[in-house]
Amino acid sequence: MSSLYDEVAPAPAEGVPTRRITVTVNGEPRTIDVEPRLLLAHMLRQGLKLTGTHSGCDTSNCGACTILFEGRPIKSCTMLAVQADGHSIETVEGLATSSELHPIQEGFKEEHGLHCGFCTPGMMMASKALLEKNPNPTEDEVRWALSGNLCRCTGYQNIVKSVLWAAEKMRAESN
Amino acid sequence: MALDEIKIGGMGARRRRVEDNRFIRGKGNYVDDIVLQGMLHMEILRSPMAHARIKSIDVSKAYEIPGVRLVLTGEMMAARNLAWMPTLSYDTQAVLATDKVRFQGQEVAAVIADDPYIAKDACQAIVVEYEALPVIVNPLQAMASDATVIRDDKENQPGNKVFDWEIGDREATDKAFAEADVISKMELHYPRSHPSPMETCGSIADFNRATGKLTVYMTSQAPHIVRAAVAMVAELPEHMIRIVSPDLGGGFGNKVPIYPGYVISILASILTERPVKWIEDKTGNLISTGFGRDVYLKGEMALRKDGKILGMRMNTISDHGAFYADAQPSKFKIGLMHSTFACYDLPAAHLTSTGYYTNKAPGGVAYRCSFRVTEAMFFQERMIHAAADDLGMDQAEFRRMNLVKDDMFPYRTAFGFLTDSGQYEKCLNVGMEAIGYSTFKQEQEEARKRGKLLGIGISTMTEPLGAGNSREYDILGIKMFDSAELRVHMTGKAILRTGAMNQGQGHQTTWAQIVAHELGIPADDITVEEGDTDTAPFGMGTYASRSTPVAGAAVAMVSRKIRAKARKIAAHLLEVSEEDIEWELGRFYVRSNKERGVTIQDCALAAYSNMPDGMEPGLENNAYYDPPNLTWPFAAYFVKVEVDAETGVWDVLNVVAVDDCGVRINPMIVEGQIMGGLTEAYAMASMQYITFDEEGNCIGSNYMDYLLPTAWETPGFELHEVVTPCPHHPIGAKGIGECATVAGPAAFVNAVVNAVSHTGVRNIDMPMMPNRVYEALTTGKDVSGMPPVRISE
Amino acid sequence: MYPSRFGYESPKTVEEAIAILDASGGDAKILAGGQSLVPMLKLRFAAPEMLVDINNIDGLRYINVEADGTVRIGALTRHEDLEYSDELPTASPVLAAAAHLVADPIVRTRGTFVGSVCHADPQGDWAAAMTALGGHIVAQGPNGKRTIEVKDFVIGPFQNALAYNEIAIEAVIPAPKGKSTGSYLKLERRVGDFATASVAVSLDMVGDVVARAGSALAGVGGRTIDATDAVASLVGQKLTEENIKTAAEAVAAAAEPRSDHRGTSDYKRQIVKTFVIRILTGLAESSQKVA
Repeated sequence: MSSLYDEVAPAPAEGVPTRRITVTVNGEPRTIDVEPRLLLAHMLRQGLKLTGTHSGCDTSNCGACTILFEGRPIKSCTMLAVQADGHSIETVEGLATSSELHPIQEGFKEEHGLHCGFCTPGMMMASKALLEKNPNPTEDEVRWALSGNLCRCTGYQNIVKSVLWAAEKMRAESN
Repeated sequence: MALDEIKIGGMGARRRRVEDNRFIRGKGNYVDDIVLQGMLHMEILRSPMAHARIKSIDVSKAYEIPGVRLVLTGEMMAARNLAWMPTLSYDTQAVLATDKVRFQGQEVAAVIADDPYIAKDACQAIVVEYEALPVIVNPLQAMASDATVIRDDKENQPGNKVFDWEIGDREATDKAFAEADVISKMELHYPRSHPSPMETCGSIADFNRATGKLTVYMTSQAPHIVRAAVAMVAELPEHMIRIVSPDLGGGFGNKVPIYPGYVISILASILTERPVKWIEDKTGNLISTGFGRDVYLKGEMALRKDGKILGMRMNTISDHGAFYADAQPSKFKIGLMHSTFACYDLPAAHLTSTGYYTNKAPGGVAYRCSFRVTEAMFFQERMIHAAADDLGMDQAEFRRMNLVKDDMFPYRTAFGFLTDSGQYEKCLNVGMEAIGYSTFKQEQEEARKRGKLLGIGISTMTEPLGAGNSREYDILGIKMFDSAELRVHMTGKAILRTGAMNQGQGHQTTWAQIVAHELGIPADDITVEEGDTDTAPFGMGTYASRSTPVAGAAVAMVSRKIRAKARKIAAHLLEVSEEDIEWELGRFYVRSNKERGVTIQDCALAAYSNMPDGMEPGLENNAYYDPPNLTWPFAAYFVKVEVDAETGVWDVLNVVAVDDCGVRINPMIVEGQIMGGLTEAYAMASMQYITFDEEGNCIGSNYMDYLLPTAWETPGFELHEVVTPCPHHPIGAKGIGECATVAGPAAFVNAVVNAVSHTGVRNIDMPMMPNRVYEALTTGKDVSGMPPVRISE
Repeated sequence: MYPSRFGYESPKTVEEAIAILDASGGDAKILAGGQSLVPMLKLRFAAPEMLVDINNIDGLRYINVEADGTVRIGALTRHEDLEYSDELPTASPVLAAAAHLVADPIVRTRGTFVGSVCHADPQGDWAAAMTALGGHIVAQGPNGKRTIEVKDFVIGPFQNALAYNEIAIEAVIPAPKGKSTGSYLKLERRVGDFATASVAVSLDMVGDVVARAGSALAGVGGRTIDATDAVASLVGQKLTEENIKTAAEAVAAAAEPRSDHRGTSDYKRQIVKTFVIRILTGLAESSQKVA
């Protein structure tokens, strides 16, 4: 059609070596073929279309990609997808049921713990890990637990309040 | 009966945000979340050199990698007249370098491939041969008579100067200095800082050859400006261009300019006839996109010995990087720098400014700031602090004496701005009370006896927000109005669209509150949409705290147009003449019989089913709002710190913020904006550092070096409010998004300088890293942060 | 950011891992916590042919405090295992003090103690702490195990003494002579920042007399600085204001800082000196309380 086409290289001739892995994501086993170099965050976002996990930086500083790996928070941009084979992970999409928000989600809404929303999934997953370990944290303990997650909008004060709100609600519910 | 405005989510309600429902579920829709059928991925190869001639580019190895579809170079862009593009400041900027690279990180080539991993592999396979050229990393080097000319691509560009500019009354200022008892001086560098939203820039260009339509999803705070620019640059008809800004992961001014990556992705989509996604990496964002500040400011203040300020003389030298790409709409070369000292009764002032090209990324006005207002107010408050110290006067009392008094409004500043409202002294008093100002001096002395260094800092300012009015402000000739379009459905629900662009401010929540206030339609019944140029009315976007002052006003105005039509319908329904109709929130009633009335929802239904004879059906309208003036919020910030004399580490003990942004639409969101801004102020004052070494290597090119504070370091904030409604804004609101970033930094610096002032130190340049504070303490001398940084082996 | 292509193996035993490393002839890299390696892969500062992921090997995640006070830490022990350990504050106060200063809380759930020592970052916290403690690394290769003192293990910036076919399977902190005391101080501008200067001081105390002294520094040289000689004068002494000052000056003199945007070399030395004084003064005060 146009000579512009001449600049377009042909399609790849060869396949890329991949591995078949099975990961339990938010309670459901998912099987997917991945290249070893694929980052777990990219597998979640592109492979499984779970785009709530965000990629914020490239240096494991921002924590926007924080998910739970066997119950503990990890930065999913700093782990290979193949490493999740046989393991169980939880993402922001697994927090709410179809009818009910998780108290942490409610807390973030009630206390205005987010503006642009980009860091929020990571913040909430880190918060969930904290509250599982420490159901009654002090303000300082919340600040400390979230110090691997960067937020550019809120100034953190309302994030801390959101987590304390959730902690209180979760304690009340468990009583 | 009239509705309870708070219950329907009207003005003043701490309405929980509508946006949150998707964000807390991980269901936001950011550019990188969008996947289109057949989409390709683009990665950009950037220059490792700050200044070099490109001798050759060999892309053959890149094409050998399976999955590579297209490699674009400057030469290929040039063949399509796209190697250069205009900037928003009437300069040009390279899209892909052809002749030379002029800053580290400049775009040299782009690879379009099946996935971003492959595109990155191919970028690495491109061989570029560079010939190094002398590097200029600050204006002092740029202005030297033998300096290499960076912009040798431009005709009539003999040196590295971008502009000379002056404003104010030189003669009156000279006279003030002649009459002065005391002349106080201040000189400082406001360092380069990067807005660094968590989400980087990116785009997905999707050119459909069958329809001829180009759709671009992109991270833009101003999608309509982008559409206009693309129409001009790419020579595509405007109606065939659709720019969509989906959810933005923060902006802070970083996402106003038009970046080479967007343009390249558009061409790539046209060439491949496939959608092309480009998502910048963090380093690319930090080293190539719009930064803020990098200005050298100096000045002197003429003072009467009783403390009255007589005049101010000021000079700025700004570093614009390799291309003059300030994204600012004023006719003033150095933006709104001359808004400096606007809150003080200053009889005479004069400002001279010069701008220079350097081998650094272009930009300058980004970062949560109304076009250089941040530098203006920072200098102002550092100067005021120094002047009070020079006079031996108390910091608060010196400010009190010179602040514009409540009965002086409207007040014409020495530089010609018109401030219109405020209660400056009241704000000062509220803050002093909250921080415990009256007992601080005693506290400080007692602490010193115990070897502890305490300091207190004040920063008071009013700033011009809400660009702009059409007389003085435009972008590429387009006037700085904004717009709103409101369509009320027959059941009384509604959809509102504006020309602003949310990036975390909560427009979906607050715009509905304005409509609720004006029409009594519950906020939950109103959908708000922005960011799609095919559906949103033309607007200039969101930056410079202009959403509420301009688009927010348009929302109120379009609601009033709707109400005016509804009133006619109400008269028809109530069978009385329009003059006999009264309005209360959500309802028209007959003046003589309040019980007889119809709701706004009744009127909406009638607009589609029972309109008066001769009336056009429907209930929708739009409003374009051209503000008569800027809005002038006021801030009084107080910070208390403790400095560790052995390490220079300083801790914030207390932050008190008093803000008067007029009427607050949603106090919860306003407070969120203030706390976010204070955090960025603290970040700039303490750790954000993006500088350059002698070779022009950027130090601060990732989050390991460019430090953003975490929840742990960030102090807590105590907020107070004073409300002076804006006299010209339809709902009395002023901008608030940037007050804290603008006024905040000086409060932190003033506090640290106060703590160490016994050594004779007058200034420590930001960021006040522990080593700088220690140096100030031990040498008793001012600490400059001017680049280049020297690294010894 | 996207890593280059590499091969990937995930052996189930140490022996299997060693065999893979051996067969690779030096082109393979061990992947443990990955909190330094994966970012380097993403930035393409590292591009190994093959990654040998040891996370699927059982039995390498432990902190064992033995009866004599020897502490053994397995290759897959995560930073947070040290942070939340109930035993470490007594068994090794230096490690306990450093544990919550390593990187950030999320990185600490995944990154490993031994991996961090192997990474040999001149700014690394664990290599400095281990050096001060006189610890050693147990390496296993095709020919069995060998023990390497940490001061000999970290041989340069990002260089360790492991052969290409060896795996560091355990870190060992020897039994203290008396009571293990000490601390770790780090000047960081923000959580997760690299150290402008870090100081580890380890003292084994018998009563209020120093029986063994060790010190090491991070961030103030091209490698982890072993400053144990600089505190040797404290051995056999009670801590006094004078000998604390002397030791602090000697440690500061052992630093090899360079001037950069974090501060001048003099400033960094001042930080080292201040931190040594603060740690030792704190120890002197608490030993007086005990005594």
